[in-house]
Amino acid sequence: MKVVLENLTKKFPSRDRKNREDVIAVNDFTFEIPDGKLIGLLGPSGCGKSTTLNLISGLLKPTSGKIYFGEEDVTKVPAEHRGIGLVFQNYALYPHLTVRQNILFPLQNLKGKDKLSKEEMNKKAEEAAGLVQISELMDRKPAELSGGQQQRVAIARALVKMPRVLLLDEPLSNLDARLRLQTREEIRRIQRETGITTIFVTHDQEEAMSISDMIVVMKDGVVQQIGKPQEVYDNPKNLFVAKFLGTPPINVFDASVRGGKLYIGEEGVLEAPGVTDQECYAAIRPEGFVLKEEGAFGCELKALEVMGRDISLVIKNSASQNPALRAIIGSDTPVDVTKKQVRFELKPQKVFLFDRETEERIFC
Amino acid sequence: MMSDKMGNSGLKGWIYLLPAILFLGVFLVYPLIDVFVYSFEEGYNFTSQTFWGTGLYNYSYVLHDPYFLQAVKNTFILVIVTVPLSTGIALLISVGLNSIKPLRNLFQTIYFLPYVTNNLAVGLVFMILFQKTAYTDGFANLVISWFGGPVIDFIDGPYWAKMFVLCFYTIWVVMPFKILILTSALASVNPDYYKAAQVDGTSKFRTFTRITLPMISPMIFYLVITGFIGAFKSYSDAVALFGTDLNAAQMNTIVGYIYDMLYGDSGGYPSYASAAAIILFFIVLTITCINLLISKKNVHY
Amino acid sequence: MDYNRLERSSQRKQRLVRVITYIFLGLWALIVLFPFYWMILTSLKSYGAYNSEYIPKLYTLSPTLENYVEAFTAVPLGRYFMNTVVFTVLTTALMLVVTVLAAFAFARLNFPGKNLVFVIFLSLMMIPNELVVITNFVTITNMDMRNTFEGLILPSVTSVFYVYLLKENFEQIPDNLYYAAKVDGTSDFKYLLRVMVPLSKPTLITVTILKVIECWNSYVWPRLITDDENYYLVSNGIQEIRENGFGRENIPAMMAAVVVISVPLILLFLVFRKKVMEGVSRGGTKG
Repeated sequence: MKVVLENLTKKFPSRDRKNREDVIAVNDFTFEIPDGKLIGLLGPSGCGKSTTLNLISGLLKPTSGKIYFGEEDVTKVPAEHRGIGLVFQNYALYPHLTVRQNILFPLQNLKGKDKLSKEEMNKKAEEAAGLVQISELMDRKPAELSGGQQQRVAIARALVKMPRVLLLDEPLSNLDARLRLQTREEIRRIQRETGITTIFVTHDQEEAMSISDMIVVMKDGVVQQIGKPQEVYDNPKNLFVAKFLGTPPINVFDASVRGGKLYIGEEGVLEAPGVTDQECYAAIRPEGFVLKEEGAFGCELKALEVMGRDISLVIKNSASQNPALRAIIGSDTPVDVTKKQVRFELKPQKVFLFDRETEERIFC
Repeated sequence: MMSDKMGNSGLKGWIYLLPAILFLGVFLVYPLIDVFVYSFEEGYNFTSQTFWGTGLYNYSYVLHDPYFLQAVKNTFILVIVTVPLSTGIALLISVGLNSIKPLRNLFQTIYFLPYVTNNLAVGLVFMILFQKTAYTDGFANLVISWFGGPVIDFIDGPYWAKMFVLCFYTIWVVMPFKILILTSALASVNPDYYKAAQVDGTSKFRTFTRITLPMISPMIFYLVITGFIGAFKSYSDAVALFGTDLNAAQMNTIVGYIYDMLYGDSGGYPSYASAAAIILFFIVLTITCINLLISKKNVHY
Repeated sequence: MDYNRLERSSQRKQRLVRVITYIFLGLWALIVLFPFYWMILTSLKSYGAYNSEYIPKLYTLSPTLENYVEAFTAVPLGRYFMNTVVFTVLTTALMLVVTVLAAFAFARLNFPGKNLVFVIFLSLMMIPNELVVITNFVTITNMDMRNTFEGLILPSVTSVFYVYLLKENFEQIPDNLYYAAKVDGTSDFKYLLRVMVPLSKPTLITVTILKVIECWNSYVWPRLITDDENYYLVSNGIQEIRENGFGRENIPAMMAAVVVISVPLILLFLVFRKKVMEGVSRGGTKG
C-alpha cells in the first residue's frame, strides 16, 4: 500500500499568551511513500516528525492537505477505519492483560461481518507472536518481560490485524544500546517478511540510516530532504542535513571561493570550477581527509584516537569555530605524533559548499 | 570516638521521640489496653471506680440491648446504601470531569466544598431543607409537590424517610474525597493506552471497562475499603440531622451508641461502651479483611 | 463507506455526549451548592418574613443583617468562635512540634530500637479513635480536666500518620546536606530548624491544613469533654443553638451562625485550593 501525503499541514493553536500565532508543526509536506518500503522520519525533537506520524495514523486531523492510502483518500477517515498498526515509544501494553490478551485485544474489537471465531483469533495471535518470536511468552504479563520483549509484543499487537500501514513511534529509544542494534535488524526482518509499508520516527540518524529504504529529514515542520540513506548522506541539500547525518559529525569551515578555487583561511585547498566568487561554508566529512606531507590544507594536530579499524585525528583550524574537528584515516596510515602541524589533501566528493545566507548547497 | 558519637546519638534520638511517645502512650496505647479491661469488668461504677466481677456480661448486655440492635441495623443500612452509591456516582462524575476542559477547575472546586465545611453546621441546613414544621413544609416537600408527591416529614416522620435523609447527607459529605481520588487516578492513566485502543477501533464502552476500570481498580478498592470503615464509624452526620437524642429518633449508629453509653443522659457506663466499641472494631476488621480478600482477586497489579 | 457522513454523525454524537456530561456535572454542582445558597439566603431573611413563607421562597427582596447581630448577641457565638480558634491554633502548633521532632528522629538519627519503635508507630495508625476515646474520657475526667483547654487539646495532638508523612519527606533530603552541616559544626537541632524544616515546607503546610480542617470540624471529643458553654467549640455551639438557642424556631438566626462558622474554612480552602486538594489526596479520609 503506497502512502501519499499532499501538502499536508498541521497547525496548533499557540499556548503562549503573548504570541497568539499558531504553531506550525508540519508545513506543506508532500511525499509519496512507495508500497512495501521502510521509511525513516528523521529529525531533532520538535521537528514535526511525530505529528506527521499521528496525522498518518488519524489520531490527529490535518489543518489542510490530503492523505491517500493507495488511491483511497483517507484524510477524513477516523483512525480505527484506516487499517493501521501503531507501536508506541513506551509500547502502551495493557499491564493487566497477558501477552496473549494484549495481542487478541484488537481482534476482539471487530464487529459484524469481520467478526472472527475464537479459533481464528487464536490462530492469528499465534501467527503474529511467531513472527516476532515470542510464542513462548504468551501467558506472561508485560511487567514480567524485558524491554526488548515488550517491544516485540507491541509489534505483534500492531501486526495482528494485518494493517495496511505500520507506524512506529521512536521504536528503539527505550532500549539499551545492545538491544537497539538487535531490535532494529528485527524490525527490518519483520518488515521484509510481511511486506507492509512501514513508517518509523526516530531522532537517531544512525538508526534511520541503517535500516530504512528511504529517509525523510525534517526540521521545524519542514521537510529538508528525502532520499535513500546513502544518497542523502553523499549529497546533502543544505547545511542542516549535512550536519545532522554522520558520526563523527561533518566539519564546517568558514571558506571562500575566489577565481574557481576554494580557500579555507588563506590556503587554496580545492578546485571549485564554475562557482562564482563568494564567501561560503565548506563542510568536509571526516573521511574526506587524506594525510599527505605536501597536502594543501594545514591543521594543528591536537590528539590522536585509535579506534581499531580507524584512526581519528583531532585537529584544529582557525577557520572553524569547532576546537575539536575530526579526520578519520585508515589505521594503517603512519602518523607522526610528535608533529604539531599536519597537512591533508581533500577528497572532492566529500567536500560540500553551502551558501552563507541560505545555507543551501552550492553545486560545482 | 565513633562509639561515643553513637551512644550520644542514641540518647538524642529518644529525646526527640519523647513527646510523641508520651502523647501516644497516654492517649493511644494505654487506652487501647484499658478498653479491653473495661469491657470485661462487670458492674463498673463510674463514681466509685469499683466493679464486682469479670466476665462477658457487658457483651451480652450490649448484644441484647434493643438500642444497640437498632444502631447496628441503622449502621448496616447506611453502609450498604452509601458506599456503593457514592463510589458509583463519584466514578461517573470523575469520568465526566476528565472528559471536559472548560469549567473543569470550577467544577472541581465546587465539588470539594463539602469537605471543608463543618458537618454539624451544614447538617443543620439539610435538616431545615427536609424538615416539616407547623410553619412550612420545607424545601424538599416543595420539590416533591412539583412532581405531585405527598408531603413527608423527613426529620420526625417515618423511618425510611429519615434513613433517606441520613444516606443522602452522608453521600453529600463523602463525595469530595472520592471525586478527588478518582479524578487524579483517571488523569494518571497514560493517554497512549487510549490512543492504542482508538487505533484498534475499540468502542468507548469497551475502552472504559477493559482498560480504564482495570487501571484504576486499585484506587476504587481503596475508596471502597476506606468508605466501609468511614461509614461504619459515622455518627456526627446523624447528630446534625436528628439531634443528640438519637435513640429516641431511632436513628442511632453504633458509634453514637458508644458515646451515649459513655456520656449524656443515658451515660455513665464505660464498660458497656467499651464492649460496644470492641464489637464495632471486630465488625470493621472482619469487613475490611473480606474486602481485602475480594480485592486481591480482582485488582490488577 | 461515506466518511463525511460518518464524521458528521460522530460529531453529533460527541456533541450530545458533551451536553449530557455538562448537564450531569452541573446537576451535581447544584446539589453541592444549594445548601450553601439556602443557608446564606435564609440568614438574610428576617425572622418574620421567614416564618410567613409557608411555601419557601427561593430568593429574598429585603435582605437584612439583623440575624447576624442576633447570632453574636443572643448566643455566645463569638465565644465559640474564639474557643475554636484557640483550640485549633494550639492543637496544630503542638502537633507540629511533636511531629517534626519525631519525624526527625526517625528520618535522620540513629539509635538502638529505632526500627522496632517505628513499626509500633505504624501499627498504631490502624487503631480507630472510637476504641480509645472511652479511656481518654475517663482519664481526662479523673485528672479533673473537663471543661479546660488542656482537656480538649492534649488527646487531640498526636497523629501517627503525619509523623509518617513527614518522615518520608525528611528522608528525601540528601544525606550530603547533613554531613556538610555537621562539618560546619551545626548542631542537629539547628540543622533541623534551618535546613530540614524550610525544605519540607510544602508537606508541613499540607499537614497543617489537614489538621486545621480536622480541628475546626471536631465534634465528638469536645462534646464528651465540655458541658460548660464557656468551652464550647463551634460544632458543639451549633448543636447547642439548635437545641436551646434563639428559642427553637429562629431559623434565620441559626443560619447566620452556620454561615459565620462555615466561612473561615471555605476561605482557607479557596486561598490554598491546590495545597488543600493535594494534601487531602495524600492524607486520607476526613476525620
